[in-house]
Amino acid sequence: MNRKWLVVATAVAVVAAFAAGAWLYEHRAGQQVVQALDGQPEALVRPHAPVYGNPDAKVTIVEFIDPSCETCRAYHPIVKRIVNSSFGQVRLVLRYAPLHQGSDTAVRILEAARQQGRYWEVLDAAFATQPRWAAHDRPQPELLWDLLAEQGLDMAQARAAAASPAVDALLRQDVADLLSLKVNRTPTFFVNGVPLRDFGEAPLKALVEQELQKARTP
Amino acid sequence: MNGASFWTPLFGAWLLALLATAGALFLGEVMGLTPCVLCWYQRIAMFPLVPILGLGLLYGDARCIRYALPLAAAGWAIALYHGLVFWGVVDAALVPCGPGPSCAAAERQRLGAVPIPLLSLVAFTGIGLLLWAARRKEAS
Repeated sequence: MNRKWLVVATAVAVVAAFAAGAWLYEHRAGQQVVQALDGQPEALVRPHAPVYGNPDAKVTIVEFIDPSCETCRAYHPIVKRIVNSSFGQVRLVLRYAPLHQGSDTAVRILEAARQQGRYWEVLDAAFATQPRWAAHDRPQPELLWDLLAEQGLDMAQARAAAASPAVDALLRQDVADLLSLKVNRTPTFFVNGVPLRDFGEAPLKALVEQELQKARTP
Repeated sequence: MNGASFWTPLFGAWLLALLATAGALFLGEVMGLTPCVLCWYQRIAMFPLVPILGLGLLYGDARCIRYALPLAAAGWAIALYHGLVFWGVVDAALVPCGPGPSCAAAERQRLGAVPIPLLSLVAFTGIGLLLWAARRKEAS
């Protein structure tokens, strides 16, 4: 009888230790991000980053995205809806985290579309067609050029833009920032510099709401 | 003669399997290290040992040793092979690695200074020895 309880108690103890360890690990990881941000707040919002919504909004969502990431695809309409329904109080700043093979090419093509003022349309289309071009074992980001052609963009100009030193520099900066901020998953969200700890739609909305409240009360 | 003399070594084997399972899940799910193919095969051998040995302990059923030994032996063999790949004894080109991280990538498979394949090999060795001890005590 006592031995049975020993087995049960041991199992419970190991599960509890696991949960405590997981909590501690996540907590420490979160603090490392906060510390990394403390030293260089400018690493979050760079002037070159695409902005969606009112540029002067009080609340800024920074999202590190990878165009090939399925979860980024799923969150894209959610985040846009948060911005659209905020009456200009929330803006979205996109930073790139090209963690998958072929993602850097995809970013170059997106940036080429941005240069001709069709960034958000092409980003929507890129996410919509993601299953066709972004298979992780066989990525074909070149297919994204078709989306630019559909938008009626100047293709010669777009190809030059995608290979331009400006886009090289942008990619280098974004990768440097994601490394220094220890971003290793996409999407990673920051709202007014506060990292989103519990990943999910409801926690993201709650964090945005919290920052809106803070902005309202001076 | 105690009717359940096999109990103590069996408990030790179960505890090792439980800790190894918790550790593997922690590495994979909390720390976000993607298991390579060989890691997955070792997990397949390790995880079922927890309920098999655990239920054996709860019901004082020594037959669980017989059911657990083949799993422990298979896991030990894979852990040994993984170790040989990790230390470069076996050519990495021979490793059946599909998509996912390489089984020979040394920098990804360390926990501080300890290589993860070594941890697995130690765990399977300990489980095997304890099960063998439990079996001998049961037979005597």
